[in-house]
This record gives sequence, C-alpha cells and structure tokens, in this order.
Amino acid sequence: MMSLLRFITCGSVDDGKSTLIGRLLHDCGAVPEDQLASLARDSERHGTTGRGNLDLALLVDGLSAEREQGITIDVAYRYFGTARRRFIVADTPGHEQYTRNMATGASNADLAVLLVDARKGLLTQTRRHSFILSLMGVRQVVLAVNKMDAIGWDQDRFNAIVADYRAFAAALGFTDIQSVPLSALTGDNVTRASAHTPWHAGPPLLALLEAAPAASDASDGPFRFPVQWVVRPDGNFRGLAGTVAAGAIQPGNSVRVLPSGRDSTIARIVTQDGDRDRAAAGQAVTLVLTDDVDVTRGDMLVPPGAEPEVTDQFTAHLIWMHDEPLLPGRAYLIRMGTATATAQITQIKHRVDVNSLDHLASHALGLNDVGLCNLSLDRPLPAEPYVDGRACGSFILIDRHSNATLACGMVLHGLRRAGNIQRQPMRVGKPDRVAANGHRPCVLWFTGLSGAGKTTIADLVEQRLHTAGCRTMSLDGDNVRHGLCRDLGFTPADRVENIRRVAHVAQLMAEAGLIVLVSLISPFRADREMARSLLPPGEFLEIFVDTRLDICEARDVKGLYRKARSGVLPNFTGIGSPYEPPTEPDLRLDTGAGPPASLADAVVRHLAQTGIIPSME
Amino acid sequence: MSIMTHLDQLEAEGIHIIREVVAQFRKPVMLYSIGKDSAVMLHLALKAFYPGRLPFPLLHVDTGWKFREMISFRDKIAADLGLELLVHTNPDGVAQGVGPISHGSAVHTDIMKTQGLKQALDHFGFDAAFGGARRDEERSRAKERVFSFRDRNHGWDPRNQRPELWNLYNGRIGKGESLRAFPLSNWTEQDVWAYIAREAIPIVPLYFAKPRPVVWRDGTWIMVDDHRLPLLPGEVPEMRKVRFRTLGCYPLTGAIDSQADTLEAIIGELAGSRLSERQGRLIDADAGASMEQKKREGYF
Repeated sequence: MMSLLRFITCGSVDDGKSTLIGRLLHDCGAVPEDQLASLARDSERHGTTGRGNLDLALLVDGLSAEREQGITIDVAYRYFGTARRRFIVADTPGHEQYTRNMATGASNADLAVLLVDARKGLLTQTRRHSFILSLMGVRQVVLAVNKMDAIGWDQDRFNAIVADYRAFAAALGFTDIQSVPLSALTGDNVTRASAHTPWHAGPPLLALLEAAPAASDASDGPFRFPVQWVVRPDGNFRGLAGTVAAGAIQPGNSVRVLPSGRDSTIARIVTQDGDRDRAAAGQAVTLVLTDDVDVTRGDMLVPPGAEPEVTDQFTAHLIWMHDEPLLPGRAYLIRMGTATATAQITQIKHRVDVNSLDHLASHALGLNDVGLCNLSLDRPLPAEPYVDGRACGSFILIDRHSNATLACGMVLHGLRRAGNIQRQPMRVGKPDRVAANGHRPCVLWFTGLSGAGKTTIADLVEQRLHTAGCRTMSLDGDNVRHGLCRDLGFTPADRVENIRRVAHVAQLMAEAGLIVLVSLISPFRADREMARSLLPPGEFLEIFVDTRLDICEARDVKGLYRKARSGVLPNFTGIGSPYEPPTEPDLRLDTGAGPPASLADAVVRHLAQTGIIPSME
Repeated sequence: MSIMTHLDQLEAEGIHIIREVVAQFRKPVMLYSIGKDSAVMLHLALKAFYPGRLPFPLLHVDTGWKFREMISFRDKIAADLGLELLVHTNPDGVAQGVGPISHGSAVHTDIMKTQGLKQALDHFGFDAAFGGARRDEERSRAKERVFSFRDRNHGWDPRNQRPELWNLYNGRIGKGESLRAFPLSNWTEQDVWAYIAREAIPIVPLYFAKPRPVVWRDGTWIMVDDHRLPLLPGEVPEMRKVRFRTLGCYPLTGAIDSQADTLEAIIGELAGSRLSERQGRLIDADAGASMEQKKREGYF
C-alpha cells in the first residue's frame, strides 16, 4: 500500500541541497524528457560539474529566473515517488534571513534531511536549522553528510561529524537521528548504495525515506476534532464536518464540546462512501451527535477526561514573519484550529538568538525573530502544549487591517493565573450607576494629529456636559504622561502600551458610569480598534479631529513640529511616524468648517441623538 | 491504528481545503474547466458537503473554442448531478470576433480566458474561486499557496504571499480583493489518474484514445473538431488513434499518438512516459507570456 511522506531539506547555502534534490528527482524518474533536454543544454552553458556532465542543481535552480527577482526566499514544493512511497519535498532556501520559510516548510514535515558539507562539518546554519526543526516539532532527522567524494570517503571524518551532531542535538528532542555518507554529485548513497562506503552499514538516503514512519500518524493521542462547518441540508440532518486532528472516535463514544463544556455522544460517522465505524487522525468526516447540543465552527470536540485546558492566557513561542514588528499590547487576530479570537502579547519573556540559542531580553520582535511570549485572548479557547498536539497547540496571528499573516506560534503551556483570577461579582453594578447618573456612560475618543485641536474641543464638550449635570472625566494625552505613563517614550511599542493603559483606565471609568473624554493622537488604527473592543457596542465613539498637517504645523502651539523637522523628535506623528486616519469614525470634526465651539456643540448633539445623554432641548 | 494511503491523505486534504473556503468566504464559486482535474475537484467537493448539496455554483469560462465533446460532457454532468452551472463568454471578445486562429493564442487566451474570468468573477461578486491547478504542473505554480490572495485587479504578487503553516489557512481579505483556492495543490498527474480510477469518476472521452481527424501542425496533432479550423496548404486531415493529456481550446491543444483506451492503459502509458503533461499546450510556449506573467494579470 502506497503511503505519503512529507519532508523538508535544509542545510547551509553551499552544502549541495539543490544538487541533492535534483539527484533524487532525476534518479527517481521525476524529470520528464523535455525538461531533461533543456537541462543538458543548460549544463553545457552554466554547469559547474564539467563538460558532458549534467548539473542537477540546475533542475531546482531552473526556477531561478524568479529567484533572482526575489522569490528565492520562498518555499517550493516538489513531488516524486518510488514503487513504495510518494514524497512531497518542501524545498526551502538556506540563508539566515529565511527562518520563516523554513518554519513554513517544517510545519507539515514528517522528517528533515539536514545537509552537511563533509569538508566543512557543522556550521552555524546547521545549528540554526536544527533549532527551528526542533521548535516546529520535527522529530526525525536524516543527517546527510554530502561531498564525501571530495574527502576520499574518509570514514573517520564522517564519524566525527556524526558524533559532533549527536552531541549538539541531544537537547533538541529529536527521537530519531540517522546519518548517511553520500555524494549528491555522483549519486553515491542517494538512491543506491555506494561501493565507496563498505564501512557504512546503513541504507542509502532513499531507502531511509521509504522506511521512515510518517510522524503525522497522530492516531495515538486523545481525540481532537476542530469543527469546520455544520452540514444542514434539511431539518432532519445536522452534521459536524471537519478533519480529525488527533486520536480516533467511534459511534457511541462520548464527546465534550469546547469551549462550552457541554457533553454529547457520537451517533454516526458520515461520509459519501457510507457510514464508518471509526474515524482516525487525518480523515475528513462528518459527525452526527445523538442530541442537538449547540455546536458551531470554531468549537472543538474532545473526549471527556482527556481535555485540553480552556484558557485565555498562555505562553508560546512565536516566529515573527512580517516586516511590521510585533508590538506588545496591540490587538491581533489569532487563529487556532478553526476558531478565531483577538489576542494581545502581554509580555515578551525573551528573544532567542537562533544561532547561539541564547535568550535575550527584548521589547519587540522583528522579521524572522523567535521569541517566547505571554498571550492574552479576548475569550478562552482550548490550548495545550504543541508537543502534545498541534490542533490545540499551533496558531497564527493575523493583522486586523492588512489581513497579513504576521506570525506562527507554538503553545508551551497555559498560564495558571487565567484560571485563578476570577471576576468578582459586585452588588452594585453598572446599571445601578447609570440609573443614579441620569445618563449613559461612554468613552469619547478624540484622535488626530498633534495640534489638531483635540484637547480644545474635548475641554469645551466637557464644560457643556458638566453644566448639563453629567458626570465626566478627561484623560489627556499630555497629562497621563506625567503619571500613569511617565515611564513610556514615543517608540511604536511605547505608544501601543500608552494607549493600552489609557484605554483600560477609560474602560474602568465608563464602568463607573462616567462620560470619559480621551484626547490622544493614537495614530494607529489597530490600537484604536483595541480600545473600542474593550467597551460594549455604542459606548465607544471614535471622534476624528480632522486638521490638515500643514495647518497643524503652521500653528505649532507647542513648538514640536519645529523640533521634529530639525530631527530632535525622531518619532513625531506626521513627520517621522505615520498617522492612520480613521476609515469610519463615529464622528468627523472638520476643523476648517467652523470654530471649536460649534464643533463641541456637534459632539453634544450627537450624544443626545444617540441617547447617551437626555435631549437638551 | 488506521493507515491512510497517499490518495486517502490527498483526498482528506482537498476536502479540508474546500470546507475551509466555504466556511471563511461569503460567496465562493468553483471554476469548472471540464478537464480531469476539475472532475476530481468536483468529486471532492461533493464528498465535503455530503449529504448536503454543493454550497456554491460551478462557473465555466467558455472561450467558444472548446472541444464539442467537452461542452456536451459539461452539460450532462451538471444535469445528472443537479448542479448550478454558470457559463460566461466574454461578450466583448465575441463582438470583436476574437479567436485563436484570427488573433493568435496569446491575444485569444488573454481576452477570452483571463478577461472573461475577471468579468465573470466581478459580475457575480464572487470573493473566492476554486481552481484545479496543481503545483507539479508548472514552475510558477510550485511556489503558489493553497489560499492564493488576489488584489482588486485579480493580480497575483508572488513576492508577497502569506506564509501558510500546518492546515491553518488565512482567508481574510479586504473589500474588492479575492482568493483563488487550489485543493489539488499537492496532487501529481499520476495521483489524479489513480484517483479517477479508484473512485470511477466520469471524465471527458477525449482523454481516451480513439481514431480522430487530425492534422500535424507546430509539432503536434491538432484535431479538426469543427469547420472553423482552416487547413493550411498541404494539410489533409487523417484519422489517427490519438488522445489528449490535457484539454483546452481545440486549436491550441495537441493530441498524442496513443492506444490507451481504458483508465488502466492511460495509467500504464503515463508510467512509461517521459514527457511533461503540458508539453501539448501551445499557450505555454508563447514567448514573453510565461505562466507567471499570465497569473500576475489574473489568469487562473
């Protein structure tokens, strides 16, 4: 029976990876004749292997027209097979700056072929790749010691490299390390055993690949079933479609729905080819439960008693994959299994130097950085250590505005405090405070450039509200920096934290029943979104104080624009740092259209119209 | 422990991808090109939502130059399975009389396929479209994601693709942007045939060898499917036993000499063949119009 093995090739740039893949494809007959003919022509012209010899690296580098234009950083997939097995190779480039591509390729790999140049031995990149493989949970490694022909098939040298590697890799958690002395150039020990290595007892590389267990056989662990889609063709059938991520299930087994915690029992396992008596890891099926418990996409079915923790806080390794750096406190989307939630990184515990494996203190993560972080979600989700199961242990982070995939993450452990810190219900609640005040609470979030007039207008609004008997409080960007946020600067990371603190204080004050007026440049949409997400719908009003940059700069009340232009203030919004205007503010105040007093009146009218305050007429 | 064969795994992966798209998008559509890959993709989709109906329609972008047997097969499949089938032909191209013979393959493909496809997607407001492309087919496809993001102009930016890890697909898009999804990304031509045989999936008879009227042109056998193919001086149609490895517009699709008139024979022939699948496609050979370029412009 033909099975499938997914593997990744890695190793330093000149270790011969392209030649090895070309060799495997060629010797397994995966190179069609028309491509072989052009390879012969290319070898004559660009080959580095001597006249009349095929330069097999060109088969892979044949894609290099694109590569020169910059796609070389990307993972490509290649396909070949033998009579015994089909293979999917994730071909990832070796350079240091491509950590994210290696992680992508490794995420679905059962095994890694790690190349080492026999002449050079272990290099920094060998160590770095090994660490990423370990982080991504690849457990089988084949150490391919290449270019053995160049050192005269020296057995001692080979043994020394293997011993070096085993010593280094001892801490990385690989369950299986095999090694092969080979030459991709000559094909020795690639698909067929070499006459040059009578001292090596093991099989050639291809035979190892044919025999390796597919690690994705996750049937052993407890059952995990992320619900993808509810199939409901009519009133009589309700099926939960998804792919079994781990373990196995049979009709009659009881299951628990997470995160709700409701229990039910499997009635049927439905497929178009007939009902099954068992569904195991890797199979795409449709489950029918015995009763109508509420289950939707994003839920996870697990066996009662072997459940993952349901938590809104956990520690995880992140590999940052985007040019925009990670900013603690910023709200990102998180996708775990089929569930989507909002997540903030509350702490970067350390960054890992992928070359030395040292732990470094860090305030942000940039492209290709690996860090251990604490995450806080807006709702609890099933989470368990990545090493125990990928369904509840792996996730990606997505930017809420550009929709880019920013990072991948591997859960290390849940944070106990999520379970220990509970909300204390109080006798006097928000409705009681609202009733006493005679108006509803809300946060008026004034955003705009420095000098746009935020504080001036907010101050006028507050005077009017105060006169009308409303209970108010102002949080001004300049004022909070004297106390609450005095430890923060103006880097993007500090700005995010500044806004996070102000937003939470504003939320508490709204909880107290107040109308809170926040005047804060708050240049980034993502951060204003985060503030909005803290409050119930209708209690957060984003008010865009819209004044053109040249006007703000001409006014320059505080002399800041002049300083920014002279380079003294490097991250000044509008000059050295961007301002992202609101796309759909609740209210836009065009300061060119009227004096501050009439704009303040407009805000008060809006509050009356939306029922926050009683009508003033 | 149950062991899945490689076809089981590819099938499950395809079903997972199709379900993900339907769950994440507002209005998906399946591009149905009538070929063997479309047949497999449709088969997976039926499995994915069984016993429910397909939660999306099929769309065929008809260039007006498909083999007649393809069109009759398409209509029969849609009727037999009770599927919603949309057919779109670029009306501007029809008005200008665009065709592969009068305008050449590059112009014909651009106007009738690429532009026609964009028109149809925009007209119906589809935000995701399934395609049967496989990564082993062509160089630029080896780099393409399963969830392939397209900008407002349906363009593909190969240098700026989202990383795709595990089976977590990020299908979030902005207004006017769209997605092409490829459930058969990891399949090879051999896998497709083996699966068609295993599942007894109906396919267009043109894949099976049969005596057909052909002329030798541009280094391949071109079938004289209707009266619109002008014969060049010296060309006389002859009956030869041929079959097609891929299907497209008939004047642009070369047949191969073959005796393979059963699935088993096709699979046997394939195992012995050392020529790549698309070698019969004349459009791939167009200078200055590589697949990557076409895809950047919105070709599937």
